[in-house]
Amino acid sequence: MGAARLARDPYNLIITGVGGQGNVMASRVLGNMMVKDGYHVTIGETFGASQRGGSVMSHLRISKEGSWSPQIPRGQADFIIALEPSEALRLLSVFGNPRVRVLSNTRPIHSVAVIAGDAKYPSMNEIQSSIQELSADAWFVAATDEAVKMGNPIYGNIIILGALAGTGAFPMDRESFKTVISETFPEDRVDANVRAYDLGMEMVSRSEKAHDGVTLG
Amino acid sequence: MSDLYGGKEGTTHLVMGNEAIARGALEAGISVATGYPGTPSSEVIERLAEVAGEAGIYTEWSVNEKVALEVAAAASFAELRAIAVMKQNGVNVAADFILHLVLSGTRGGLVLVSCEDPGYLSSQNEGDSRTFARLNEIPLLEPGDFQEAKDMTKWGLELSEQIGNLVLLRSVTRMSHASGDITFGPVPGERAQARFRHEGAMLDPEGGPMLALGLRHREVQEKLKKAVALFEDSPFNTYEGPEEPELLLITSSACSLYSREAIAVLGVQDRVGLLKMGTTWPLPPELMKKNLSRCDRILVVEEVLPFLEDNVKILAAEMAPEIGIKHFYGKKSGHIPSTGELNPDLVVAALGDLMDLSYEPVPAEFREQADALVANKAPPRGLTFCPGCPHRASFWSIHNALELDGRKGFMCGDVGCYTLAILPTGFSTLRTAHSMGSGSGLASGFAKLKQFGMDQPVLAACGDSTFFHAAIPALINAVHHEADFTLVLLDNSGTAMTGFQPHPGLPISAMSDNAPAVDMEAICRSLGARVEVCDPFDLTRTRETLNDLMDDERGAKVLILRQECALSPERKASKPYEMRVDTASCVGEDCGCNRLCTRIFGCPGLVWDEAAKAARIDEVICVGCGVCADICPHEAILKEEI
Repeated sequence: MGAARLARDPYNLIITGVGGQGNVMASRVLGNMMVKDGYHVTIGETFGASQRGGSVMSHLRISKEGSWSPQIPRGQADFIIALEPSEALRLLSVFGNPRVRVLSNTRPIHSVAVIAGDAKYPSMNEIQSSIQELSADAWFVAATDEAVKMGNPIYGNIIILGALAGTGAFPMDRESFKTVISETFPEDRVDANVRAYDLGMEMVSRSEKAHDGVTLG
Repeated sequence: MSDLYGGKEGTTHLVMGNEAIARGALEAGISVATGYPGTPSSEVIERLAEVAGEAGIYTEWSVNEKVALEVAAAASFAELRAIAVMKQNGVNVAADFILHLVLSGTRGGLVLVSCEDPGYLSSQNEGDSRTFARLNEIPLLEPGDFQEAKDMTKWGLELSEQIGNLVLLRSVTRMSHASGDITFGPVPGERAQARFRHEGAMLDPEGGPMLALGLRHREVQEKLKKAVALFEDSPFNTYEGPEEPELLLITSSACSLYSREAIAVLGVQDRVGLLKMGTTWPLPPELMKKNLSRCDRILVVEEVLPFLEDNVKILAAEMAPEIGIKHFYGKKSGHIPSTGELNPDLVVAALGDLMDLSYEPVPAEFREQADALVANKAPPRGLTFCPGCPHRASFWSIHNALELDGRKGFMCGDVGCYTLAILPTGFSTLRTAHSMGSGSGLASGFAKLKQFGMDQPVLAACGDSTFFHAAIPALINAVHHEADFTLVLLDNSGTAMTGFQPHPGLPISAMSDNAPAVDMEAICRSLGARVEVCDPFDLTRTRETLNDLMDDERGAKVLILRQECALSPERKASKPYEMRVDTASCVGEDCGCNRLCTRIFGCPGLVWDEAAKAARIDEVICVGCGVCADICPHEAILKEEI
């Protein structure tokens, strides 16, 4: 998988989404994988609003040096992972920069403002083209739709982690994933999570990676 | 065996700040840990409760924070080590006991852990309880990273034992709910024996009774002096930077991480000194003198109150003859915001201004492009009740009952998820929102204003955990004074807001043991209040019952709306109904309902399909509670039992 080294130190990665999508779980699993591989990891989360329809974010700082601020400074994200596509837009203007890479789910979750007709949800075309325009690389994965096919939308977060590994942008070891998952979940749920991870990896590598982004699923 | 307890000395683990605090307590050999749930503090007790069996400790979710500290203090009096954990609000609840506890002093190590919320990310306030350390003359510790969160908890318990008094350890959201990798120390195998020595002389600190007496005030101060002497050599106070920097930055807590990052971002490591204080009250004077002598310009970086800033200034004024006149920058100078939480960017701005450096995080071209393409494109995501939340149904009925009543009645709010009913998600039903139990107290007061011409019906909302925590005295007050209001108890079977911790009304303890459930309905009846019980998912009956109670003007009444939280393990495990919208029946914008279901009811699981011009169920989000089927005037939303 990809380069064994981080492109920068600290490497700044943000996982964003909406409460209930398994944002915190994804950041924990990725963080634990990196600690197993010998990195120092600092994770900052937004909690509290998490399960009440709000936007949520996990900031991961991955470093050979030590602990960093649990909040990434403005304009300093190396990678943005969006479990909900419009959340990628929200973050790009704050944490984006010309080197940022983006991996996004394709299924929208409408906020109550959108449901009530007080706000408009941008079209997927608009979201994808804006993300492509503002990022060095972009990947779009139908993670939730695939998770629903697997029987539970909650696997979306693990499919996205697998897809992240598939991008090769980031040194992730599948064995570390298996170890962390075995330590995190009861035995009967390990297999499904490994399947979800592999599926995500496959979804990205199956398709030829275009510089300006690909839509998969 | 769990990592938290079984993790071996010298091993590395990625842990949340709160888990680090829990591990530190285990490494100190605590016997008792108590608390009341509150974000961002809850995981300390949650994790300790999970390992209580294997670790041989006792943990409990106490009825409120004052009782939590009292239960922990009893362990200390019996020569065991203990911690009590709460959020900033809770320190206020415990304050009366703290004021007295410091006078009796403690025996086994006792640390009060307060996890606070600068920027009110999960609170109605950003209260700063550091002032309680000063007010009560006890030592204050503030961890500056995750390793310190563990190590300082352990050391705090030892310090408490050394000086014989309570120690306050303050964490913040960005420490408690952030995670970092830390190295574990050893956990002692031996467990202390509990014994309360009370037979000695009245003022014998080791063997006499534990009495809070004013004449012990001087002892409190002597204990604090001992702590200051230890602080002078504490490894938790560190200095990084040149011997004689151009500017000294003094900070503590999560702000240490922001400050270190800001210095790195600006590349001023050889120009700015960073004094990170872990022991922030009282400040050790010799250490401060040495560091304040390094230069004449001092920036203090901290959140909420200028607590550190004021205390540094007092010391600097006292030392002025020796160290000279200093220029201070911080909250008073306007370099650091006086409210809200900090982040690396805010510290960069302050430091950049003082060092005369400009900083652009991204090229202007990118920023302009981003502003044009994505700024404000993501739709706002306001807070809302979860799909299937009983509160949405409850407030739907409460709102309708108040409207039907027509006397401009109102509801006083309280603290819990249901506080969101100050917003459109709860139809803006709550018209007051303050502290735990205050809704009932305020309603009790409003109800006594009839003699001054107030003729509006009064309601109060209160959750089940909040009821036990603080609303019972207000209800007693209302019954005794014949205050005419209806208390609506939103019983969702747990402390839902903070992660579903058990409370005294449930048949289970923090340690997952069976526990006698205290019957809130029986309590209300025993007080003499008229009590009705409804399922809030039955919209018609709930509304009718509430209107009937509002018409009954005989003192305090109680309506219990009982339905489990949508996030409870039981409800998550089962979906009672498969929901769908009959597109033939939903006439969309042409219906006279003005899109009642999506414009007003506002459940995230029921969306508006722009293309079909009709409501649609989002099957990924919908939990099948079935309530929306009962609000559609056209009966276009169908529920099918699964």
